[in-house]
Amino acid sequence: MTSVTAAAGDAARWQEVRGPVLRQAASVGIATGAYGLSFGALATTSGLTVTQACALSVLTFSGGSQFALIGVLGSGGSIVSGSGSAVLLGARNMLYGARLAAPLHLVGWRRAVGAQLVIDESTAVALGAEDRGDRAARLGFWATGVAVFVLWNLATLIGAVAGTAIGDPRDYGLDAAVPAAFIALVAPRLRSLPSWLTAVAATAVALAVVPVVPAGVPVLLAALVPVLAVLVFKERAQ
Amino acid sequence: MTWAAILLTSAGCYVLKLAGLLVPRHWLEQPTVARVAALLPVALLAALAAIQTFADDTRLVVDARLAGVAAAVVALLLRAPFLVVVAVAAGTAAAVRALG
Repeated sequence: MTSVTAAAGDAARWQEVRGPVLRQAASVGIATGAYGLSFGALATTSGLTVTQACALSVLTFSGGSQFALIGVLGSGGSIVSGSGSAVLLGARNMLYGARLAAPLHLVGWRRAVGAQLVIDESTAVALGAEDRGDRAARLGFWATGVAVFVLWNLATLIGAVAGTAIGDPRDYGLDAAVPAAFIALVAPRLRSLPSWLTAVAATAVALAVVPVVPAGVPVLLAALVPVLAVLVFKERAQ
Repeated sequence: MTWAAILLTSAGCYVLKLAGLLVPRHWLEQPTVARVAALLPVALLAALAAIQTFADDTRLVVDARLAGVAAAVVALLLRAPFLVVVAVAAGTAAAVRALG
């Protein structure tokens, strides 16, 4: 009897967690996926075929890396410099994967498939949901990853076929929607002085290095803020 | 040639993503690593939000995105739900662009 009531309580609580996480996944998925239109259009104007543009979106599935590659190839750069800068841009995904490994604890084919979905947006929603449990983090990761994957690839195809005839996602303010979503995800975590200091310092580091390092690297350097904070305060404590 | 670049980039990006997920669990459970991991989401989310608000490739710019994000912060302070926050950001940025 008690366990039935407890199970019903768990189910009710899960309902309260699931709805908001799915709404976050959907809105982030739409705002980010729409950029596939820009990518598809730019890819074909840079000389890629429609098939190549779509293959890049399915196989690489990392917006920044894809834009970097077609940028270098379009301006006549070599395979090595194009792929090199694209892969460098994807280095932050390794950090995301390491941070997500524990809450997601993926094994076997789920890890092989899930790895492809490790991107800014799925990481952001998963980490935003994490304080409501690993199950919420997993839902956030998979729902956001799949939503972005489907919409990004669909939009790439449409953009590659239609070219620049389709409007710019920026006309709809979608470039402001994604950072706003990230702020809404971080806001509930800003409850203590250390978390505020971390947020401010990470923001300052990221923005300070934007002009001097390749795109994609600022987020990696911002990740050094908590590393330094923990090391410094550990030494002081001793 | 283009296909070689596509496959090379895709392989490199996938290996990095998978490598992160393969980090051994006992390593992540070390106290120092665990403390870094606890603060990492705030650092990553704040940095991503800042970059996506101000960065244009390797330049910092102030444009309609900032207006959208500022409106979203006001909506957050007014305890608006997530979808409203995101919609306010998009609507404000779109309006500023249409007017500008």
